[in-house]
Formats: sequence, structure tokens, C-alpha cells
Amino acid sequence: MAAVGASAAELAGLSETSSIGASGQEVLHVTRERYLEVAGALRDAGFEMCADLCGVDYLRHLDRPLPEGVTPERFEIVVNLLSLEIHQRVRLRVQVPDSDPVVPTLFNLYPGTENMEREAFDLYGVCFEGHPDHTRILMPDDWEGHPLRKDYSVGRVPVQFKQAPGPR
Amino acid sequence: MGLEDLNHNFLTGSLEELVKWARRSSLWPATFGLACCAIEMMAAGAADFDLARFGMEVFRGSPRQADLMVVAGRVSQKMAPVLRQVYDQMVEPKWVISMGVCASTGGMFNNYAIVQGVDQIVPVDVYAPGCPPNPQTLIHAILTLHEKIRLGELTQRRPGETGAGIDLAAEPVPPGWVAPPSGVRLGTPR
Amino acid sequence: MTSEELKAETSEGLQELQERDETDPVALAIEEGSPFRPPEGPMLDLGDIDVEFGEDETMIINMGPQHPSTHGVLRIMMELEGETVLRSKPVIGYLHTGMEKTGEELTYVQGATNVTRMDYLSPLHNELVFSLAAEALLHIEIPPRATWIRMLMTELNRISSHVLWMATNGMDLASTSMMIYGFRDREMILSFFEKTTGLRMNHDYIRPGGVAADLPDGWEDDVMSIIETIPGRVDEYDEMLTGQPIFKHRTEGVGIISPELAIAMSATGPILRASGVAWDLRRAMPYLAYGDVDFDVIVGTVGDVFDRYAVRLNEIRESCKIVRQCVEKMPLGDYRAQDKKVTPPPRARIDESMEALIHHFKIFTRGFEVPPGEVYTAIESPRGELGCYLVADGSNKPYRMHIRAPSFVNLQSLPPLLRGGLIADAVAVISSVDPVMGEVDR
Repeated sequence: MAAVGASAAELAGLSETSSIGASGQEVLHVTRERYLEVAGALRDAGFEMCADLCGVDYLRHLDRPLPEGVTPERFEIVVNLLSLEIHQRVRLRVQVPDSDPVVPTLFNLYPGTENMEREAFDLYGVCFEGHPDHTRILMPDDWEGHPLRKDYSVGRVPVQFKQAPGPR
Repeated sequence: MGLEDLNHNFLTGSLEELVKWARRSSLWPATFGLACCAIEMMAAGAADFDLARFGMEVFRGSPRQADLMVVAGRVSQKMAPVLRQVYDQMVEPKWVISMGVCASTGGMFNNYAIVQGVDQIVPVDVYAPGCPPNPQTLIHAILTLHEKIRLGELTQRRPGETGAGIDLAAEPVPPGWVAPPSGVRLGTPR
Repeated sequence: MTSEELKAETSEGLQELQERDETDPVALAIEEGSPFRPPEGPMLDLGDIDVEFGEDETMIINMGPQHPSTHGVLRIMMELEGETVLRSKPVIGYLHTGMEKTGEELTYVQGATNVTRMDYLSPLHNELVFSLAAEALLHIEIPPRATWIRMLMTELNRISSHVLWMATNGMDLASTSMMIYGFRDREMILSFFEKTTGLRMNHDYIRPGGVAADLPDGWEDDVMSIIETIPGRVDEYDEMLTGQPIFKHRTEGVGIISPELAIAMSATGPILRASGVAWDLRRAMPYLAYGDVDFDVIVGTVGDVFDRYAVRLNEIRESCKIVRQCVEKMPLGDYRAQDKKVTPPPRARIDESMEALIHHFKIFTRGFEVPPGEVYTAIESPRGELGCYLVADGSNKPYRMHIRAPSFVNLQSLPPLLRGGLIADAVAVISSVDPVMGEVDR
């Protein structure tokens, strides 16, 4: 039985230390190399459900403050893990550079991330190495670009009043 | 033979009026629920609002059996070809109600994903405003369509006449379709 | 003989069946044999699919996206052997609205208007999770009355959502009376919503800082009449469906999911609870004032379609209990936080004070700035864990707004649910997952 009040990093015996973010939520910054290992250790420590996985594009905040030793990159993959036993959440943040937007897939640890990773690929263009079905999920197959990237325009169409009289 | 010899009550009228009356009295909608508006469309068909009063309670699953398409909700770029295919599968005569602001103009979602108005894909007869339109608004739109059918022409609508700004003349003409001579109207609009 | 000794005896290692919870979830999914990943293109050529077909002939059919019983625009590709569904793949995206992108263009004041259109059966839950996330970043406390109003409204919304699910589920299983009844009873709650918020759906009622308006005069009578009528109606549904042989035959033993697989697939809500895991965020990680009310978490045993039906049916009763306690315990006071930064001035002040007018104008045009940070909040929506991940960069608009939609995640458990069932049961199974496509595609 897990100790009450221990952080997820302590429970899983990780070398990374977690920081407590806004409203007391535990955040763990991991490198891409340690990503799978950390997720696996957390799963073995009782964080058995991957509640959420999404991408973030920090194009406009490349110099954002991060804890010591973490290099800010353009993309972030944010994973929310949940322990049903000790009612605790932990959030992993993985920095993904623009030049090589590839992270290993969590599918083999958490099969429930299949749709979420496909969504992150579709909307951000971050590739998940080893994903069994690495295709677009929300946009049509032949769509160009990744719409949620900050350099992708919203695609706003100016409102046209069709019956308005034209210029003479 | 004079009419006064007949024993039963009867009405006289032109065949055209009869056909239009029949058409508007049993419009069968295709279920084309997309988003929030679909729930209100179902609510309109259920007990409290009761579309059966207008002969329209049968929502057909197959577009082949329907003559009214209620586009209820936002149309995404991925859905647009499907919508057009469903519309093409419906038999003439057919009508389209664009339900809600998303279907009519894209609404608050002016972005990459949503078609800014379903009238870019299919010709629309009646637009129902609201987000979502409540069932009364939908029923009003349907009654407006009934009026339109009652006062409209019996024959197929002519190119370029219906649909806000859409150029139907650019549409491919179905084989065997002969354009009626211009200026000749089979019905008499009141 | 212990397992270690047994292991030593055989050349191939352990020969006994292992504990079920020791099986890797991926292995479990493979054992179920449900993953199916053909390309989704509209012109699917069978020759292009890299799928190993067995000796028997199988057929791939598409169900949807325009199908009366896929609850919107869900498309499912199914591999059939005769009438039996082997593997399947849900194809989504036909209602993709770009709401996460639009959410980055709207201020925090306008944000609730955007998210409320995601899950159109429980719009208030979406507003609630967004508001909770924004408030966590702002570090503001909301007054107790606002908390209890939020609880009252979201529980009523849960009732209306579940009642609507009963209606559409009834329609899918050819119980038309259930559909008519369900819509009739939903109208009762919607008319109260209309009275309070001004709209039947997509209310924009719960906003960062509280709620948009106080409850209308005489709300107690309206709410009490709702919760005195609904349990009787639920008993009617119970009588009409639960013991009915046709309904039982169509639902019992159909679409079973084990708790291990449900957790591995990240399924939440009635799917997870029906499989026997008592996981309800209202109880497990209380938000609002759910710690102060008394209610039960409904749990199933088998995890089939019938259990999911029973869980939802009884959750309506539990929600009625919560609503009753909300009416009894409703405190007096403000319905929104008195924080000048977030709260617009009262309407009466605008008429007499120029500053109030300017303040009001500023809040509704420019909005308010939110300090930098990131937060993930989660609540229990009628469909499962509804989460909101919000990244603020100090401006008046969210830098990133991500909604963890329960239906989107729950759809992943469709292939194992459909596996081995008849195609006629597919309708019942899809309905029991209760996907709301607006939320799936966002």
C-alpha cells in the first residue's frame, strides 16, 4: 500500500523530482530518452490509467521558465496519469524539438492512448514512434498541415453579405 | 353532367394545387442530425412538439425515401462530401432546411474546420436561426417551407433560382432534363 | 506444489494460468483480437488493406457516418463473418469543429460559450470544467452559493442527459415509447433551464467567477416538482424495460468488457462503473461540494450493455438525491465572486456610475488577464471523466485549451465490446457507450 502524501516520483522511485504546479498538482518534467522508462515505473507504482495525452505548441513562448535542467523546446507532450487506488494524479511534460518531432509511443504501456496520440499527431504533427495506427484521426486523410500549430492560421473567412449591393 | 347532381361533398381545384397540397402535407425528413441541433430536431419530433401534426413524424433513415433534408448542425470539411452524397441520393422533388446558425453561416466557428454555410454545398430553401433553434423555430421553418411549396411551382426549380447566391446553372445537368422555356410558368404564384 | 517448483519442473516455464491482473493490457487486447486498423479513406479498396484474412470469407462494411443509430456522425468499419462482428474500427472526425483552436481566439469570458457546444447533452458540465480550470489559474474562491448552484444545475443536467440516453437507447432497441417518454421528461428539466439561464441548451451559465445569474424566484418549487416527478418516471422506465424479456435478451451478456481492459483503455464513467470499478470523481476526488452530500456510486457486476443501462438508470435516482440535498442546503449570499477583476458590476450600478459602465465594457470586450501557468481539472460528466487542460501565458486568452472528452476516449473500447457479437447487437453496444459526437470531434 502506498504511503499517503508521497509524491508520484517518490512512489515510483524516480531520479527526477517533481514540482508542484498551480493548485497543488504534481508535474514531472522528463526527457524524451527517459519518457518510456518513467511512464513504465509510474505504471508499476499504481498509476494504471492514462487519463489524457495532448500536445502544446509553445512557438510564441520558446523562452518560458522551466525548472533547472530542462531545455524548453517548441512542442510539449503532456500526459496525465491517474491512480485509481490512491486517488492521485501526476502530469508528465516532455519537451519535443521542432527539428525532430518524434516521441516514443505509450501504446504498449497504456493502450488507451491510441486515439489521443493519433489526435496529437493530427493536430500538432508530433510523431509517435511505434504507434500501431499512425494516421490522421480528426482531419481528412489528405489534409495538409497540422491545424493546432501556432503558425497555422485559424482560417477565418470574412463574413460575406451575399445580397448586399456591389460597388458601382 | 352538372355538378349539382352529385350526392357527396366535394371540392374542385386544379390538379396542380392537389399535388402541391399532397406534397406539403407529408414531407418526410431524412435524419441528418449532426450536432446540437439534432437533439432539438428530435425533441421537435417527440411528444411535446409533435411534428406528426404536420405529417412529418416519419424520420427516414434512408435518403431515398425522404424529400426533406434538415441539416441540423455544423458541417465540417470532412462531412461536406458525405452531405452532398446524401443530398444527391434523395429523389426529386427535394427541399433543404438549414437548421441553426452553424449550418447557415458557420456561426461562431469561423475557422479551418467548418464549412461556412451549407448553401455552399446544397441549395437551401429555408434558414432557421438560433443556436440551437428551439423546436418552435424549427416548426416555424417547416411551416415556412410548406407555404413555399404551396405557392411555388410544381415543376423542378429552374437553374439559378433557389439557394442564396449559389449558381445552380454551374451544376451538372442530370441526363434527360430539359430546361423549361423561360417566362413560362406552369403554376400561378399568388 | 508452489509455482516456483512447477516452473522448475517444466522446460517451458510456468504452466499454470496466471492471475488475470498480471496480464499485460496490450496482451489482453491482442488476446481479445479486436484491434483493426485499415486506412480510413473514402474510396477504400479492399486490395489495399494489409489485413490477413482467414480461410473463411469475411466482409468489411461501413456503418455511418450517416446512420440513424450511430448517434450523430460516427462511422464504424466492421469486419463481418456472416452476422458476427470480428474486428472493428471507429472512424471519427466528421464533426471536427476546431473548437480548441477557436478557444485560443476567445477570451476567458467568452470561453465558456465555446466549450458549452462540445458535449451538447450536458453543456453545463463543459462550462463547469472550463470555469474550474480558469479559477484554479486565477486563484479565486467562489462563494458557497455559486458552488451549490453549480452542483444543483449540473446534477439536473446529468438527469436530463441520462434521460435522453434512455430515450435514444430505447429508440435504438425499438422501444419507441421509451423515446417519447424520455423526451417528455427531459422537457421538464429544460424548461427549468430556460427559466434560469435563458436557453434550453448551450447555456453559457457557469462562467469563471461564479454563475451568470441567480436562480429565479420560486426555483425551489420548480426543482422540487422535478425531483418529485422524475423518480416516479424512472420507476416507470424500470418497469417497462428492466424486466421485459425482449429488452433483456437484447442487452444481457452483450458487449462485455472486463475491468482490467476498461482501465487499460482509459474508459471512464458508466462503462468503467458497469464493469465493477467504483470510480466516480465526485466521490474519489471531490470537487465543488460533493464531499458534503450523501449519494451512492452505482456499480455493475458483469460489464455488459444491461449493466450500463442499469448504472445510468440508478444514477438518475442518485442525482435526484443530490438535487434534493442541494435544495435543502442552498446557502444565501452572492452567486459570483466579488472580485473586481473578474466580476462585472451589477446591472443597476451601470445606470448610475460611469466607472461601472467602463468596467462592464472592459470585462466583456477585453476580458481579464490570467497569470501564467498550466492546470488540469477533471469532473465527472454523465459520460465519464471530463478534463480541461489550460495553459495561460498572462494574456486575456488561453494559450492552449484542451478538453479531455470522455466520449472520445470511451470510443476506443468499442472494438473489444463489439468483438464476437452479432451485427444487430452492434446498435445496442454503440448506444450503450453513449458517444456524443460533438465532444468526440470537438
